[in-house]
Amino acid sequence: MSAAAAVRLPDRRWHPAEIAFWLGLLAVVFVFPGHLVLGSQVLITGLFALSLDLILGYAGIVSLGHAAMFGAGAYTAGLLARHGWGEPLSGLVAAAAVGAAIAWGTSFIAVRGGDLTRLMVTLGIGLMLYEAANQAARVTGGVDGLSDMAVRDLLGVFPFDLRGRTAYVYSLAVLFAVFLACRRIVRSPFGLSLRGIRDGARRMPALGSPVRHRLIAIYTVAGAIAGIAGALLAQTTQFVGLEVLGFSRSADLLIMLVLGGAGWLYGGLIGAALFMIAQNQLSSVNPVYWQFWLGLLLVAMVFVARGGVVGAMASARERLLGRAAR
Amino acid sequence: MSAVLRTDRLSRSWGALQAVRQVSFSLESGARHALIGPNGAGKTTLVNLLTGTVPPQAGDVFLDDERITHLPQHLRVKRGMTRTFQITTLFPGLTALESVLLAICERKGLGASWWRPVARHAPEIEEARRILRDLHLEAEAEVATRSLPYGKQRLLEIAVALASRPRVLLLDEPAAGIPVGESAEIFGVLASLPREVTILFIEHDMNLVFRFAERITVLVEGSILVEGAPQEIAANPRVREVYLGEGGHG
Ligand SMILES: Nc1ncnc2c1ncn2[C@@H]1O[C@H](COP(=O)(O)OP(=O)(O)OP(=O)(O)O)[C@@H](O)[C@H]1O
Ligand SMILES: [Mg+2]
Repeated sequence: MSAAAAVRLPDRRWHPAEIAFWLGLLAVVFVFPGHLVLGSQVLITGLFALSLDLILGYAGIVSLGHAAMFGAGAYTAGLLARHGWGEPLSGLVAAAAVGAAIAWGTSFIAVRGGDLTRLMVTLGIGLMLYEAANQAARVTGGVDGLSDMAVRDLLGVFPFDLRGRTAYVYSLAVLFAVFLACRRIVRSPFGLSLRGIRDGARRMPALGSPVRHRLIAIYTVAGAIAGIAGALLAQTTQFVGLEVLGFSRSADLLIMLVLGGAGWLYGGLIGAALFMIAQNQLSSVNPVYWQFWLGLLLVAMVFVARGGVVGAMASARERLLGRAAR
Repeated sequence: MSAVLRTDRLSRSWGALQAVRQVSFSLESGARHALIGPNGAGKTTLVNLLTGTVPPQAGDVFLDDERITHLPQHLRVKRGMTRTFQITTLFPGLTALESVLLAICERKGLGASWWRPVARHAPEIEEARRILRDLHLEAEAEVATRSLPYGKQRLLEIAVALASRPRVLLLDEPAAGIPVGESAEIFGVLASLPREVTILFIEHDMNLVFRFAERITVLVEGSILVEGAPQEIAANPRVREVYLGEGGHG
């Protein structure tokens, strides 16, 4: 028998570590009540990273322009709230629709070609949208940003408070709901076909698989989720700045996902948390140091732990199980 | 006898090199047909043209008399024709079981179904395990493809193709690069396939060709040199000269 550990088909059961992970996120509300503003930003970025994980970690589509859909979602929810539609949940739905529409519309050029083509095309789309938002200052507020929103109480009951408690719980609930859907998707035959495309795009057509359709489908789903993340940011901060569409948002996102580990769903969440907490701590000491340490970490990561944090944990576990079996 | 698959003056060049020139060829229903020829003769290119992996520059391909020359690759599979690859083309990160399941789900039109987990598709899993058993891959079902020994990967290459339940199966050197003992295992599996499956295979080992093929086409420099029953091919002086005369290889 081969030395490699058996890899079973994932079923619907939850691993204790997963349950602990989510309970931990919930516990933050009580344990760190003073850090809920940063906490909700982490959750929102985690949701955004989750959407990148669907296309990069599962379908193998690299993107440097994922902020396009995030920003579009943020402006959608922001503009709705500014112009009298402040109900948050329907704002999320609208943002998801806009994110999906932009992703679908650009997917025809974004999912073709190899990695370099995709990087350049997604980067280009991101830049164009940024500039468009900048030019449409009368609508978007341009460099001054979009404010004066009237986001209504969540479910008509919970006002968005300054300490960020509602924002945190709201973000966590949305993140968890989307996560559940993603978990289903990646374990389904559709999810399996995405992994097939990632690992063997040349073989897939010989199985009768319409590769392009599949890529367009997941790219659109990811766009909807990015749109939701953007809307959450707009609603919880009651502000949309141009940087929601910025290149650095897309680039940082890629870094977070790679740090956390692509292709596990949890990698983006963990990567976003590590990245943002480290940034928050280190950049208050000295912003230059932050960039330096981040760079060093990335380089080290590529050599020592290619699969990111979650990948490293998984291979450690495999080694332990392998040893136990012998 | 009727042709399931037929080409009409099919041509393809790579720059100045004419890899396939005006090839008119037909594959009879139920055939065990070998495609042989020296390295670089254009065998793989011909298979690529048949499956739609590469578009032809001239000529046509017909499947059951339907012109499929410009039909996308995945739709040809839906019509019952699939292939294996000379250079192993699998899914390194998927297990053997997942790889076969993937093909079964695509065949059954479940490839876009996104809610029910794969693990809950009991009939598909059962079928996948049966295919793996037939290909002596039972013990490796849960092993990632990248960790499989090369010979097992060659078997998985065939398992994945069979999972599409093809009527026409094109095998590009199924035993490429594996020891003679193990190649007998592969051809043993192929010999046990029912006659409903029409097989075209490329193979360099003449012993295997003569044992398994009922008809042989010899391709040289992109053109068909001769085609016939094994004994005719063996006796043909031109074949001996350009092909067997080289002393063979592989
Ligand atoms: N994608 C390509 N681009 C350029 N040239 C190619 C390409 N594919 C094949 N060729 C060339 O076309 C010719 C025929 O190649 P092909 O792979 O079809 O030969 P073959 O008969 O399968 O050989 P072998 O027995 O070595 O597998 C060769 O000279 C090869 O170098
Ligand atoms: Mg070849």
